[in-house]
Amino acid sequence: MAQNIFFYVIAAIMAFSAIRVVTVHNVVHAAMYLVVVLAGVAAQYILLASEFLAATQVLVYIGAIVVLVLFGVMLTRAKLGEQVNLTNDYWYVGAFTAVILFALLAFSLLDHFGDEPLDQAAAETQLRDNTEQVADAIFGQYVVPFQAVSVLLLVALVGAIVLARRD
Amino acid sequence: MDEVMLNQWLVLSAILFSTGVYGVLAKRNAVVVLMSIELILNAVNINLVAFGAHNGTIAGAVFALFVIAVAAAEVGVGLAIVLLIYRNRRSVDLDEVAQMKG
Repeated sequence: MAQNIFFYVIAAIMAFSAIRVVTVHNVVHAAMYLVVVLAGVAAQYILLASEFLAATQVLVYIGAIVVLVLFGVMLTRAKLGEQVNLTNDYWYVGAFTAVILFALLAFSLLDHFGDEPLDQAAAETQLRDNTEQVADAIFGQYVVPFQAVSVLLLVALVGAIVLARRD
Repeated sequence: MDEVMLNQWLVLSAILFSTGVYGVLAKRNAVVVLMSIELILNAVNINLVAFGAHNGTIAGAVFALFVIAVAAAEVGVGLAIVLLIYRNRRSVDLDEVAQMKG
């Protein structure tokens, strides 16, 4: 099935790039691999029939957050060439934790969901008027959390300015 | 193999999540730690959207949107803090930020 071919190709690229983000020795290269992962996530949203979320992912993550991270790299003057060791002395504890965590997650997921197919009919109900459905949900049922997120963004904006201002 | 499984997305998200956890624990550059947090948040979003599609409700996508908004706020404040650390110490090495160590 075409959907599966696309899924496995994109998933393989995403897994490779995610591992490169945390293993590469250059901060700028890590940011570029992060772009590949985030674009892959947007493609997965399209495979899951959430086109509005895919567009938001590209605009907010690739358009804004990665640029912000690159500004952070520049302002903290990370050496742009081949970087010295970016991992700390206890990286093997992190690797152990991550491997155990993945093994537990994968075991429990395969144990509980096994061969459960994705409900295609249910997924297709979202495909029609996806943006309209999202808008109805945000400005209807979820309007209070939406307002709370607006206030949170304002607070974060003011907080970031206060923190980063020189005086 | 021909059928589309729910587990495909869940296991992909588990891979991204574990990679992000490794990055948070093992990297000493604060900006790379922020990037690893983005990996973790994206793994959560894939899970939310996959379960939303599986159940046929839009709620998964809506919550993923909220997570994206919170991630934007988090990275903004996080980078401001990293800048402040850099301005005070001329370095973003997290191993050197250890004054509160007992």
